Amino acid sequence: MKSNFKVFLKGIIDVSPLMIPVVPFGLIFGVLAIDIGFTPIETMAMSLIIFGGASQIVLLQLFSGGASSLVIISSVGAVNSRHLLYGAVVSEHLSDLKLIWKIIISYFLIDQAYAISNEYLKKNKYQNRYFHLVGAGATCWVIWQSTTFLGIMLGAAIPEKLGLSFAVPLTFLALLVNDFRKLINVIIIIVSGFVATLGYNYIPFKAYVIVAGLTGLLVAMILTKIVKSNE
Amino acid sequence: MSNWALIIYCGLITYLTRFLMIALIKKEMFNNRVREVLSYVPSAIFPAIIFPAIFLDSSGSILVEDNPKIMAALIAALIGIFSRSIIATIFSGLASYWFLIFVV
Repeated sequence: MKSNFKVFLKGIIDVSPLMIPVVPFGLIFGVLAIDIGFTPIETMAMSLIIFGGASQIVLLQLFSGGASSLVIISSVGAVNSRHLLYGAVVSEHLSDLKLIWKIIISYFLIDQAYAISNEYLKKNKYQNRYFHLVGAGATCWVIWQSTTFLGIMLGAAIPEKLGLSFAVPLTFLALLVNDFRKLINVIIIIVSGFVATLGYNYIPFKAYVIVAGLTGLLVAMILTKIVKSNE
Repeated sequence: MSNWALIIYCGLITYLTRFLMIALIKKEMFNNRVREVLSYVPSAIFPAIIFPAIFLDSSGSILVEDNPKIMAALIAALIGIFSRSIIATIFSGLASYWFLIFVV
């Protein structure tokens, strides 16, 4: 059994390499939000309240495209449905915790913390192993809030000519690097991408994120089924 | 809806997706099949943000010719496949984009 603080510290150390790409992501978010017309306070509040890069970028993208609030909120929900998986996977390690800890940990259940802490939770059986997840999540929290703040400050200073908004698709592309090598994933990526691009102007209410995402999941269901029945 | 309400609702739905499974789950609630399909959510959703941002111009029409974003994204994807590095992917994409618009 290690002390709570040591486990917390281990979470910080383990997640650190994954924080490097979060820096440009946070900066870009801050810059773009101001560019689109959100106030600095609103932009900071998004990072504090939502605390999710993908959700916040989708919000900006759809907001600037003139989508309705209902579509924005449901698209954010669709983007976030992956958290259901994370929660389901880590929940078995958290089942003995008090509700208050579950409430706190849920706020920190982000991609990077999940990726790194899930490994730790599987390998270690200490009672207090969940402090690893808190450490990893808190690290990401600090980086995300401070880079958002920097982005807000820099906003006006970054020339529009640089085309920094192109960093948004690049960031999401980068989050998929491990999926490019798997055929099923590549097919899903291409199908979803084409549905979104071709449907951008034709799918009503700017619901293209939801429609493309659901189409991609449908393809995933079919393909994984085919693979299984051939085994 | 005001910006504030929008931000709060988006925050709520984000939080709920994180909290629901931790708070409510009984171990068997998600069978392996559901877990497997959910593991494809990033591949299914992220392209809906990636592709339109590359292939559509600011007015929303498809732009293929004379579009440096396509080449830059391809280079980024290739670098990503070989390096498996998030940071290398982002920076190679940005660098090639700047090279294409400022130098070429």
